[in-house]
Amino acid sequence: MDTRDTAEQAELRRAARQLARELGPSTVGALDDATRHARLVAAVRDAGWLELRDDTGDGSPLASGVEAAIVADALGASVADAAYTGPLMAADLLRRAGVERADHAVVAFSGALVDAAVVDGARTAEAIYAIDCSAEQPDSAYAIVAEGAEYRLARLRLADTSNGAAPQTDLTRTVRGIAPGAPVDDVPGQRRLLTTDDLAHWSALGLALTSADLVGVMRGILDVTVAYAAERQQYGVAIGSFQAVQHLLAEAWCLMDGSQSIALYASWAVDTLEPDEARAAGRVAKAYCARAARQVCETAIQVHGGIGNTWECIAHVYLRRALLSSHWFGDDGDQLRGLQHERLGAVDGLS
Amino acid sequence: MDFRDSPAEAEFRARLRPWLAANNPGLPSSSTDDEYWARQAEWHTALYDAGFFGLSWPTRYGGHDLPTVFDVILDEELAAAGAPPRPSLGYLVQGISRHGSDAIKDRFLPGLISGQERWCQGFSEPDAGSDLAALRTTGTIDGDEYVINGHKIWTSYSDVADWCFLLARTEPDVAKHKGLSAFAVPMHQPGIEQRPLRMINGITTEFGQVLFDGARVPAQNMIGAPGEGWRVAMTIVSHEREPGELGYVARYAKTVKGLEKTVRADPGAFSTEQRDAVAWAHVQVEMLRRHVCRRLSERLDGVEHGPGGSIDKLLMTWVEQTVGAAALAVSGSRSVLDADDEPLKVYLYSRAQSVMGGTSQIQKNIIATRILKLG
Ligand SMILES: Cc1cc2nc3c(=O)[nH]c(=O)nc-3n(C[C@H](O)[C@H](O)[C@H](O)COP(=O)(O)OP(=O)(O)OC[C@H]3O[C@@H](n4cnc5c(N)ncnc54)[C@H](O)[C@@H]3O)c2cc1C
Repeated sequence: MDTRDTAEQAELRRAARQLARELGPSTVGALDDATRHARLVAAVRDAGWLELRDDTGDGSPLASGVEAAIVADALGASVADAAYTGPLMAADLLRRAGVERADHAVVAFSGALVDAAVVDGARTAEAIYAIDCSAEQPDSAYAIVAEGAEYRLARLRLADTSNGAAPQTDLTRTVRGIAPGAPVDDVPGQRRLLTTDDLAHWSALGLALTSADLVGVMRGILDVTVAYAAERQQYGVAIGSFQAVQHLLAEAWCLMDGSQSIALYASWAVDTLEPDEARAAGRVAKAYCARAARQVCETAIQVHGGIGNTWECIAHVYLRRALLSSHWFGDDGDQLRGLQHERLGAVDGLS
Repeated sequence: MDFRDSPAEAEFRARLRPWLAANNPGLPSSSTDDEYWARQAEWHTALYDAGFFGLSWPTRYGGHDLPTVFDVILDEELAAAGAPPRPSLGYLVQGISRHGSDAIKDRFLPGLISGQERWCQGFSEPDAGSDLAALRTTGTIDGDEYVINGHKIWTSYSDVADWCFLLARTEPDVAKHKGLSAFAVPMHQPGIEQRPLRMINGITTEFGQVLFDGARVPAQNMIGAPGEGWRVAMTIVSHEREPGELGYVARYAKTVKGLEKTVRADPGAFSTEQRDAVAWAHVQVEMLRRHVCRRLSERLDGVEHGPGGSIDKLLMTWVEQTVGAAALAVSGSRSVLDADDEPLKVYLYSRAQSVMGGTSQIQKNIIATRILKLG
């Protein structure tokens, strides 16, 4: 056992963090800077990160869950407003189905945001959601169709469906609501049906990447908040000298560090462990990281005082991102229920 | 990055697993009755004799010179087998190894590691807890001996100890951190009285106070130089704060396994809150298990022990207290109908984790000032 980064992983971590820091929005105002945003999107694409889960040719991905999570963590830390996890998750699903990827269309999710949308019929029947759509989003998204105990991919046409313009909670990633009635097309060239094992492995990746994003979010907001506590003065001294403030930040720091350990394991598990084990590792990581991120972001807002409760302070950008990353693939409550199902046995009336 | 075993690690695991299956003494998972510590001593000897203890310590002293990750494997297998944790005395080994002379190491490490000689740690005093450097126990030179007078309290295992790793003031006139020295004091002598303390879960062994009234210790039993006591103590407490050093992960995992088994036997009898508490305890234990792997791997880079131990101590404390809370939740009304209820005792014992080895507040002070550089 040696859980340290390899030299390549360390280099990827360094490069991803640097890029995200340079081009991510360091202020709320910078979210509206279209030039910066375009440069970030182009840099993420040019770095090849959207291809990390593409097929090498023999069915295995170009990079493991560990590398994919390293990038997710770096983007989360700088609340980088460029699609990443969405396109990557689509690529991973296509690879498992043996379909060649043509664009960066993402997978649509059911309203709870836990599972890929399962469609049935020529048009979608319920509202579903495409999460973390890329800037060059083609007007379509993927969903799955049950076929016996297995699944095949379907592609939804979105041109004439829209939920109107629901305001976005997460200011850094695009969620597109897809109203019922979107036409469902076949995906040509699908070489394999997706098994429940495929979907378990796929969720393991989703859980690992959203957990890594949350770890990044925690580190990013803590950097901002610790710096603020050292600088902001009241009673003639830095607020960071008050023990009450110190203890809040120390707790948050520990939560972030523990989250990092468990998220790392989940990212390693994706391509190493059996589907159920990998998903269980993802569930554990997500349950821990989701709860931790919520507390860390709330601490950050508290330590910022009044300014922390304004639109202008970047703290809520982190919190909003954390909320989406928490719900996507299931939040802590969802994961605890899943773990209970696996470890404690099923109970009538409780799922 | 790889959480998998190397070939050598796999070979070790394959040797350990059948041994554990055949030799698990089936003790309770926590210190919940007076028999526990007595049996824990036998467990120490059994592990040591089979070659599964002191893995990362020098062979010269009875260890095996293996990387510390082997301790993780041991803890994992102990947890999987539902066996008791390994004895936690790594911090004393570290204190002696780091600061003791060769003569001290040769004299004391083999007995400590094999379990032949048992130790307690005499740091805290009635008026010196968090503010340890305020301690007042004195060590006064008298020929080639020191004479010890003072009062130590909260001294775990003092009831069975052969030796006390004692911190005493040897130079009364210098600054409070500077006048301290550390000693290996023989416990079996007339000038020492041990008085048990009953813990909140009713246990009457394990915990105690030690009164020194003219006790004697050879000057050559000093660990480190005169006045080096504070540094020795800091080495010890920083190691005492690390879950990897303590091996508690196995203890927590064993408790959670027991709770899961209870719920699985009759799932319908437990509420959503009870089930959530058990699942959350599992999540916490898994976090700590991976955290220990990460910390020990970082050590392969030679990352030094420092204030980071305080992060680990807080995480470990949250895990232990989450597990304790889950035990109480699963027990439900049993916990108030029967004071001998084991989950109740596990819960009560867990409250000490945020006090021993430096309180949670002290850990947060250290993290804030030394890691976050606030202050
Ligand atoms: C089960 C158990 C086993 C132990 N085993 C040993 C042992 O083997 N050997 C040994 O020497 N000691 C042992 N101890 C003692 C332990 O190290 C002390 O209890 C601990 O350091 C706290 O000291 P205290 O009890 O005097 O509490 P105090 O220092 O009086 O603290 C009381 C409260 O005040 C808070 N407080 C104190 N100072 C500060 C501060 N600066 N900032 C914020 N809050 C503060 C504390 O967090 C705590 O909540 C053990 C304790 C327990 C519970």
